Amino acid sequence: MFMVRELTCLFVGGYALFLLILASRIGDADGFSALLQHRLVIVLQVIALPMVLYHTVTWLNLTPKVLVIWRGESRVSPVLIAAVHYFAWFVVSVIILWMVSMYR
Amino acid sequence: MVKSNEPIWWSLFSAGGVVAAFFYPVTIIITAIAFSVNWISAEGLRELAGHPLTRIYLFLLIFLPLFHWAHRFRYVAMDLGLKGLGGILPVVCYGAALLGTGLAVFFLVWA
Repeated sequence: MFMVRELTCLFVGGYALFLLILASRIGDADGFSALLQHRLVIVLQVIALPMVLYHTVTWLNLTPKVLVIWRGESRVSPVLIAAVHYFAWFVVSVIILWMVSMYR
Repeated sequence: MVKSNEPIWWSLFSAGGVVAAFFYPVTIIITAIAFSVNWISAEGLRELAGHPLTRIYLFLLIFLPLFHWAHRFRYVAMDLGLKGLGGILPVVCYGAALLGTGLAVFFLVWA
């Protein structure tokens, strides 16, 4: 599974490249829409989604190892630290979807 | 002590990892699924993408994850047997990320 985690970087890099191409077409309505509608682009994104989610899960699960918080004598539970990050991820995602919905 | 650029690349890798973890899933859902099921139109997305705040968002979502890819891919490629390219691999990976960042600035700020 270590290799799967490392290989998620290909999908992260690939999606960054897609966003770059999309950004280059902001001024070109036809090109912008053609890229979004391209079959291969949609298929690649559907494959990338679970890979990126796997990246998110492995990344957030590591947060308690990176972030060790002490409250007086006792260490704040690693589960709580990870849970806070998962909650923040959820809230941020909902806010973004809500903002995008205003452009529907 | 030998001076090394490693901390810079590692910080960018790490920042890119955070950005990709928090923002990539929802952004892929928007550009692939929400768009495919007609929840949002291409024109709506394009209007949104032109907004100054969205441009900043897109810039961060391109710039940092590119360096995340570059740093991780550099080591993955070595593990997969491209050790012979050891010298040129970092140049190619970080160079591509720098080029992508430059292009992102051009497309999102100047163009």
